[in-house]
Amino acid sequence: MYSLNRRRFLLTASAAATLPKLARAQSSIDLGLPGGNGVHTLTKAGEFGQKSEGLILQRTRAPLLETPMSVFDEGVFTPNDKFYVRWHWADIPDSVDAEAFRLTVRGHTGKTLSLSLRELMALPRFEIAAVNQCSGNSRGFFAPRVPGGEWGNGAMGNARWTGVRLKDLLDHAGVKPGARQVRFNGLDQPTSPDGPDFMKSLTIDHARDGEVMVAYAMNGRPLPLLNGFPLRLVVPGWYATYWVKMLNDIEVLDKEDENFWMKTAYKIPDRSFATMRPDEKDVPVVPISRMLPRSFITNIPAQSRIAATAPVKARGIAFGGDSGVKEVDFSTDDGKSWQTAKLGKDEGTYGFRRWEADFTLPGPGAHTLKVRCTNTRGETQPDQPNWNPSGYMRSVIEATPVEAV
Amino acid sequence: MKKLAFSLTALLAFGSIAALAAEAPKSVKIDLSNPGPYFTGDGSDAINANCTACHSAEMVLAQPALSRAAWQAEVGKMMKVYKASVDEQDIPAIVEYLSKVRGNGS
Repeated sequence: MYSLNRRRFLLTASAAATLPKLARAQSSIDLGLPGGNGVHTLTKAGEFGQKSEGLILQRTRAPLLETPMSVFDEGVFTPNDKFYVRWHWADIPDSVDAEAFRLTVRGHTGKTLSLSLRELMALPRFEIAAVNQCSGNSRGFFAPRVPGGEWGNGAMGNARWTGVRLKDLLDHAGVKPGARQVRFNGLDQPTSPDGPDFMKSLTIDHARDGEVMVAYAMNGRPLPLLNGFPLRLVVPGWYATYWVKMLNDIEVLDKEDENFWMKTAYKIPDRSFATMRPDEKDVPVVPISRMLPRSFITNIPAQSRIAATAPVKARGIAFGGDSGVKEVDFSTDDGKSWQTAKLGKDEGTYGFRRWEADFTLPGPGAHTLKVRCTNTRGETQPDQPNWNPSGYMRSVIEATPVEAV
Repeated sequence: MKKLAFSLTALLAFGSIAALAAEAPKSVKIDLSNPGPYFTGDGSDAINANCTACHSAEMVLAQPALSRAAWQAEVGKMMKVYKASVDEQDIPAIVEYLSKVRGNGS
C-alpha cells in the first residue's frame, strides 16, 4: 500500500490529523508495489496546465497523473487541480476555443444537433456527485504483476458534476426506432496514422437512464483541460473508460459498436470480481462496466508507527460502486474482528463517503489495519484479491500494516 | 438550421427557468509541449527512434520485471493494435533494451 518515501511516522491521535500535509514537501513517492519499482517523481506546479504540484507522475506524454492518497484525506470531493489524469493518445488539443466549440448529436436520430457551449449551458441543469475511477486503478498491486499503467490507489476521484442529462439531448435529437447503442468521441486523436481513435459506447437504454450526463463543470468550476474541458461524459457507477473526455461527438447507432475500444479493449473475465487464475486459458470475457465497493484508510500510511495503548482515530473514504454505501467496517487485527465505522454525510449515491473509527492497539508490535465497505446492494469487498491479465477492477479489502510502539 | 433553431427554442421552453446563471464559457490553453523523458543508456537508440513518437519513457520504465517473451508481446501489441510505425529491423534491439532494463532474466 501507499507509503511515504523513506519516512516513518509516530502516529498519535493528533499527529494523524496533520500527517498528510507532510507528503507535499517531497519530490518523490514510493507506491509500495509488490516486487518494487513503484517510486515516482511528483509533479511541479504549472507542469501540467491547471494541475497542482504533488501529483504522482506516471507519464508525461500522454499524461498519466495519479492523486496521492493524502488528498483523499482532505475531503470527499477531490479538488480539480488534484484530480487524476489519464489519456490513451498524446494528440490532445492544448487549447479549446469556447465560442467555436460544438457538440454534435447525430446518427440514428430524427435530426442532427450542433450545440455551442452557451446553448448547452442554457438547457435544464443536472448535477450529481460521482466517483470517476480508472478500470486499472490499483493495477500495481496485482500479484503476479501485470503490464499496464502501474497505478497505486489514486487513479480515482470524486466530484460534483454539473451539466445536462444525456437523455435530454437524445430526446431532442429524436432517437429513431431500432437504435441500439450511443457512441461517444472526443477531440483527442491517435498519434499513429492508423491507430484506433478512442471511442466508447453505451446501450441506448443506459444512455437514456436519466443519470448519464454531459458535464461542463466539476466541483462548480469548468473542467481542467486534462480532465476533458469543455465537456465530458459522466456515467455514474461505471468505470472511467466510458467517461469520454473533450466530448464533441455523440452518435446514435442502429447496431452494436464494433470499434476496437469496445470490441477488443477493456474486457474482463465474465465472473464475479472479474477474477481468474493466471494459468487459465479461454476464459469468457465481457466489456468492463459497473464498479464495485471499495474503501481506504486515508490518514494512516502503511508502515506507520502508532503509539500502543493510546486512542487513535482512523478515517478514510468508501464508495459503493454503482450503488450507495450501506456500511463500513474497520479492523485492527487483520480482519479477525470488525467494528462498525461511523459514516459521514451522504453527498450522493455514487460519491465518496467519509468514515471514521476510534481504536487502541493493545500492545507493541506489528498490527494490520483493514477497512471494508458493503454497498446498498449488499455486496461486500472480498478477502482475496482478484486477478486478470489486464489488471482491472481491484476491489479487495485493503490491508495497512503498522507498528505499535 | 432553421429546424434546429426552432427545436432548441422548444427545448429551452421545456427547460423553462432552467438555471441560466451559467458563467460564460472561457477558452482554455495550456502548455502540453513537454515531450517528457526519453530512454537513456546503451542500446536506447532503437527504442527512442521507434517508440517515443507516441509516448515518453516513464510508464515503460515503471513496468514490473517482464520476460523477454512478454516484452516481445508488448512491442507486438503496440504495432498490431495501436498501429505504431516500428521498423521491423529495430524490433530485436528494442526487445533487447527492454529485457536489459526491465527484464526478469527469462
